[in-house]
Amino acid sequence: MSTSNRRSRVRVGLLLGPPMLWLGVAYLGALAALFVTALWTQNGFTGQIEREWTLDNFRTLFTVDVYRTIALRTIAVALLVTVIDAVVALPIALYMSKVAGPGLRRFLLVAVLMPLWASYLVKAYAWRGMFSEGGLVSSAFESVGLKSPGYGLAATVVTLAYLWLPYMILPIYAGLERLPNSLLEASADLGGRSLQTLRRIVLPTVVPAVVAGSIFTFSLSLGDYIAVRIVGGTNQLLGNVVYDNVGAANNLPFAAAVATVPVVVMLVYLAAVRRTGAMESL
Amino acid sequence: MTMSRSTRIVLRVLTVLILCVIYVPLLLVLVNSFSASKTFAWPPRDFTLDWWRRAAESQGALDALWVSVRVGLAATVIALVLGTMVAFALQRFRFYGREVVSLLVILPIALPGIVTGIALNNAFRTIFGWQLGFVTIVIAHATFCIVTVFNNVIARLRRTGLSLEQASADLGASGFTTFRLVTFPMIRSALLAGALLAFALSFDEIIVTTFTAGANLQTLPIWIFNNLFRPNQAPVVNVVAAALIVLSVVPVWLAQRLSGDAESLGAGR
Repeated sequence: MSTSNRRSRVRVGLLLGPPMLWLGVAYLGALAALFVTALWTQNGFTGQIEREWTLDNFRTLFTVDVYRTIALRTIAVALLVTVIDAVVALPIALYMSKVAGPGLRRFLLVAVLMPLWASYLVKAYAWRGMFSEGGLVSSAFESVGLKSPGYGLAATVVTLAYLWLPYMILPIYAGLERLPNSLLEASADLGGRSLQTLRRIVLPTVVPAVVAGSIFTFSLSLGDYIAVRIVGGTNQLLGNVVYDNVGAANNLPFAAAVATVPVVVMLVYLAAVRRTGAMESL
Repeated sequence: MTMSRSTRIVLRVLTVLILCVIYVPLLLVLVNSFSASKTFAWPPRDFTLDWWRRAAESQGALDALWVSVRVGLAATVIALVLGTMVAFALQRFRFYGREVVSLLVILPIALPGIVTGIALNNAFRTIFGWQLGFVTIVIAHATFCIVTVFNNVIARLRRTGLSLEQASADLGASGFTTFRLVTFPMIRSALLAGALLAFALSFDEIIVTTFTAGANLQTLPIWIFNNLFRPNQAPVVNVVAAALIVLSVVPVWLAQRLSGDAESLGAGR
């Protein structure tokens, strides 16, 4: 017994060694170094990083109004995108899993998945076209006598929701697949109306799936800076601040401090949703 | 089935509407790539194949495409090896810290891309003192591609169970023979699906790439982004975008056929 135990321990070690070394060094190490860098500072004159411990970067982050506004705006955008995706994904996932026949279901799955793998940039670019002057959105708005929203936060939210929608549809669909039809039938037999069944049977089953999907929609929105540059007009999200400080300003310590915001938000979020069992359905 | 007729109709209408919203923007890009106008004016008036010809001759786009393909292949190979190893370890053995390991695999895509990007950028430049370039892009991409291979392989391992391998061992096959003749054929299509998705993920990635590519190397997404705001390049960007939409059908279709498992497709980014 003990020899086979030892042998299996050796095997686990051999199997896990290389990937853990990779993820540990290349990823966790880099993350740790990032947080250390956030505690350093940049010499405003030479642009060199000075390895002195300081909380200045975080102080700037929390006391300068612009950054606070951008941080709150980013979180609000991420939340809004997540809610929109959940609301849009529910009916289509429900239709796919519980109404459509097997053939149609396969077709719909592929139809939903294909745009997931269409390039991120191409999708954002497509919405730039939609929201552009003379584009489809402005034509539609003008035809009913309204002014088109143009490039701005509204366009950013729509584009992000569009980009991440498949990440919400898939887990909800998978969750509903596992919900036995007999439960729905039982609810109907007991006199439950459609809406009642939806509220009391379907919704509780999809909550973990929605949470799983929200991890992606929320996290991806928190870190985005490209979509907002393509359709967001002059608005900025946290990602833009990070990007500008790595590139133009070359203030890596401050960029690192800004980048800790989405990480902390995400870690809090992940810790909060662990209880829902969503992590297993990722 | 047990839903009332009206509920089903409402769901059907909503589904059609959502699919329209999903496809209309992409179709517009396709149509626009043939439009003679240089802007996104709607509706397009004249059609031409000129932009497609110009795009096919665009050296910048072609170079970037070649970089993307090489990066994607290299990252996929690394992700295949590492992702498969983790999947076997987690599925076949019970050990302390399994949860931490699976979290560590998911983390690179669960955290925002910009965090991964700047963390790696900082590590490569400040800690290792490396020049950013091909190698650093591959390392970055492989890191977040591991999870797609992992997801596909572990799903397959869960489904197939151990009995065939045990039978093989009982019949006297060595560990290596069992792997070659039993285990590998069982997971082969899952590996292929995982590889396809890893490649697609790498091919598409821009945020992490921006931070790890350096100034001299462009992947295709970076090329598109750099040319997006240049008015003269708009028609060529349009064609590249249209071509990518058409091409994206291929990996999805193949992976769907190979794995037959919808969940494994979505789990990657």
